[in-house]
Amino acid sequence: MSAHSRRHFLKLSLATAASSIIHAPLIHATISKHVVIIGGGIGGSTAARYLRKMDSSIKVTLIEPKSHYTTCFMSNEFLAGLRSFKSLEFSYHKLAEQGISIIHDYVVAIDADKQSITRSSGDTIHYDRCIVSPGIDFKWNAIEGYDETTAKDIPHAYQAGQQTLTLKKQLDAMRNGGTVIIAPPANPFRCPPAPYERASQIAHYLKMHKPKSKIIILDDKEEFSKQKLFEAGWKRHYGYGTNHSIIEWVSVAQGGHVESINAKSHIVSAQADDFKADVINIIPPQQAGKLAFTAGLTDQSGWCPVDHKTFESTIHKNIHVIGDSSISSPLPKSGYAANSEAKVCAAAIISLFNGDRPLAPSLINTCYSLLAPNDAISVAMVYGYKNDKIIKMDGAGGLTPNDTSDHMRQREADYAHSWFNNITHDIFG
Amino acid sequence: MTVSKPVKYTLMSCLLFGLNAHAVSPNKASLLANACAGCHGPNGSSQGPATPSIAEMSPVYFIESMSAFKTDERPATVMNRIAKGYTKEQIKLMADFFYSQKMLRTEQLTDPAMASLGETLHAANCEKCHAKGGRESADDSGLLAGQKIPYLRYTIQDILNGDRAVSRKMFKRLSSIHDELDSDGIEQLLHYYGSQK
Repeated sequence: MSAHSRRHFLKLSLATAASSIIHAPLIHATISKHVVIIGGGIGGSTAARYLRKMDSSIKVTLIEPKSHYTTCFMSNEFLAGLRSFKSLEFSYHKLAEQGISIIHDYVVAIDADKQSITRSSGDTIHYDRCIVSPGIDFKWNAIEGYDETTAKDIPHAYQAGQQTLTLKKQLDAMRNGGTVIIAPPANPFRCPPAPYERASQIAHYLKMHKPKSKIIILDDKEEFSKQKLFEAGWKRHYGYGTNHSIIEWVSVAQGGHVESINAKSHIVSAQADDFKADVINIIPPQQAGKLAFTAGLTDQSGWCPVDHKTFESTIHKNIHVIGDSSISSPLPKSGYAANSEAKVCAAAIISLFNGDRPLAPSLINTCYSLLAPNDAISVAMVYGYKNDKIIKMDGAGGLTPNDTSDHMRQREADYAHSWFNNITHDIFG
Repeated sequence: MTVSKPVKYTLMSCLLFGLNAHAVSPNKASLLANACAGCHGPNGSSQGPATPSIAEMSPVYFIESMSAFKTDERPATVMNRIAKGYTKEQIKLMADFFYSQKMLRTEQLTDPAMASLGETLHAANCEKCHAKGGRESADDSGLLAGQKIPYLRYTIQDILNGDRAVSRKMFKRLSSIHDELDSDGIEQLLHYYGSQK
C-alpha cells in the first residue's frame, strides 16, 4: 500500500468509525438483543463469553444458582489425591467483568410464547433469545433404593461439588483391604470414558495407600469407551487380568446390571450376585436437566431435540439448548463438546439477530483419560455439517493407537493437563 | 501480500470497531478457529503447561504443520487425528486467523543463569532463521520466544531422533549443541525461550 493510499484508507476508516458512533444508538433502538442464558456450566458460560466477545452490543444475562462451578473433568485426579479440590472450582467474576449480568437464582419457568423466564424470586425477565444449558439430571429409583436422599451417603459424584468431596472422604476413611464398587449406566450418559478413568484413578490411590483393596465395576454395558486402551493401561499399572488385579470389570452379560442397593447394609444386588462394599459409587441412568423438562424442551427420549446448525430447540422457537441436555449425536456428551457447541450457538444467534444465515458449524471434541500419573489416552474427532445434520469428518479422529509408546502417553498426560487449563480459561476467563 | 504489523493492527481495530457498531456476523475463519481454543487457549494463546501457543504463528508454518500432521509425517498425539478433519481452504482460513492474533506469554518457571547461557547459544546458532530471539515467526519458522517449554523439549527430541524433518542446517546445529554440551545445551536454549515475556 502506498503512503498516499494508506492515508486515504485511514481517513476513510475514521470516517466510517465516526458514522458508526452516530448510528449506533439507532441500531439499539430498533433491534433488541437480549440473550438470557440459563445454567452457568461449561455450555452456558462459554456461550455467554463468546456472545460478548463476538458482539458487545448484545446484552447477556447468565442465571446460575451456584456461586462457583466445580468441574467434573479432572475431579478423578482429586479422588486419587493428585489434585486439590480448589483447582476444580471456578468463579463467575471474570464473566461479570466482561459485562455479563450474573444472577444467582433458580429459574422456575420459561414462557416460550411470551419469551420470558420466571425466577424463583417471582421476577420475570424478557429475552429475545434464550440459551438453556442445564446439564444432566438422574433417573432416580431406576435402581431400586437409590434416590436423592440415598445419594447423600452413596455418592454418584457425577455432578462435581459436595458429591465429589463425599466420595473422596469415604475413600480416605476406607480400610486397607476394602471393596469399592463403581456402577456405570447404559448409554447414553455424560462423559462416556469417565467411570473408567475414575476406576483408574481410584486404583492408583489404592495401589499407593491401600494395596489390599479392590474395585469392582458393575456395568450395564457390554463394551465401553476406549475399552482396549483402558484394559491395556490397567494391565500395565494395576495387574488387570491376574488374580491380584485391583480392578475387576463385570459386563452386563456377566451380570453387571445393578437391580437394587441397600444403603444401610451396603449391599449392592447385581444380576450376578450380591456384593458387600465399603464404598459404593452409583452412576445412575441420566436424562436432560430438570429445567429442560419444566420448559417442555424434551422429547420421549428424555433429551432435547435441536436444529444442528443453530442448536435452536425444534419444539420451542427462540430457545436454544446446548451441552449434555441436547441431542447432538454424533457429538458425545462431553465438556469439550459443550464448549464447542456453545460457540457455534453463539455465532448462530449473532447471525440471526443480524438477519444473516448462520454458517455451517464446525466443531471439535477431544477427551483425555488419565490412567495413572504420566499416562493418558485420548479420543478426538472433528465435526462438520451435511444434510441438516452434524457429521463426523471422514478420515478424521479416533483413539490413541493401541501400540503407542510410554513416551507418547506421557505427552498425552501433559496435554491433558494443558487442555484442562486452557478450556477452563476459555470458559471462565 | 505481506502486511506489516502496524497496518495489520489498524486493519484489525477497524474491523473490530465495525463489528461492534455494525454488528457484523461471525465469519468462517473465527468459527473454525474457536473450536481450537479448548486445547490451545482463547485466540491461540496457551496457558500451558505443554500445549503450544499458535497465536501469531506464521501462516506458512501453520499450513506446513497441518499438512505434516495430515499425512502422519510429524509425530503427534491428537493433532494428526484433528488435522485430517480439515480441507486446504479451511486450514488457510485458520492460519490467517491465528496469525492476526497477539500471542500472550504466560510466566514459566526458568533459571536465569541457564536462560543467559541459552541466549548466547541462540545468538550463535539460531538467530539467523529464528529472528529477534525466536520472537518472529516468519515463513517456515515456528514461534520460540515464550513458547511452552515441554512442547519445545518434545519437538527437539523428535528432531534429534530423526522423527521430525527439518532443514539439514537446523539438524546439524541442534545435533552439534547436543553433542558438545549433552542435554544441558538444549535445556539452556529451552530456558532462554521459556523465559521471554
